[in-house]
Amino acid sequence: MAKIYSKKTLATKQMQPKKETISFLLNYSKALSFIKVNGLKFETIAN
Amino acid sequence: MCYIWLNINLNLTFAYYKKITFLEINFNYNQKLKGNIMANVQLPDALLVKSYVAGDENALASLIDRHQSKIYGFIYSKVSDRDITDDIFQDTFIKVIKTLKSGSYNEEGKFLPWVMRIAHNLIVDHFRKNKKMPMFRETEEFSIFSIMSDNCPNVESEMITNQVESDLKKLIEELPNDQKEVLFMRIYQDLSFKEISELTGVSINTALGRMRYALMNLRKVIDKHQIILTN
Repeated sequence: MAKIYSKKTLATKQMQPKKETISFLLNYSKALSFIKVNGLKFETIAN
Repeated sequence: MCYIWLNINLNLTFAYYKKITFLEINFNYNQKLKGNIMANVQLPDALLVKSYVAGDENALASLIDRHQSKIYGFIYSKVSDRDITDDIFQDTFIKVIKTLKSGSYNEEGKFLPWVMRIAHNLIVDHFRKNKKMPMFRETEEFSIFSIMSDNCPNVESEMITNQVESDLKKLIEELPNDQKEVLFMRIYQDLSFKEISELTGVSINTALGRMRYALMNLRKVIDKHQIILTN
């Protein structure tokens, strides 16, 4: 009887973005900076 | 837990003597206990956003980690494609990062709804763009070549068609002259039986009969010699 029931849970895993996407976002965040000069905003991305 | 409680208490006492604001207590508390406490107690989004704006990159990681499945699921529920969902998810957070870093985000205690709104707008943009230029993705059930095909015959089918036509012409040549004449007029010149009867000087019924015999004779020869005349 026990064999009839599978051990796998039917509920699907939560949807997650790819690890690459997350690491890209974190690196992008680290690289991005804003510089304010005389009321003007400059966006710079450190390479 | 005892250690955590003691640490909070110490911090509070320390803060009291130093007369620092409640927010700063929270920051100290956050910094000191990050490793021990993050799993049990969640800092409000507002504080994480504030510390991210102040330069703490880990705060962004916590924010993404906390909300990624909600946002990703939301996008996937609309677009139903993993790759597009990843793209929109990435674009959403690029916007979030830019807004936060440029200091144009004003905190109203609604970080997640704000991110959801950005994601929603990007989804709308995606569909708008897709409507102008629809994209088809090849799957197991759907092949792009089912709607997009090259109608020109390829070399092989052209050769087969030529072969079939020349074979058929040879067979027709073997028919008696009266039958051959009617068949040529009907099939190759596309004349009606009335026109054929007028041109050959026989009745319509005779023309019909000759056509019938022509076809029967052709079938007979084809069956006899096992000739395959299909493409």
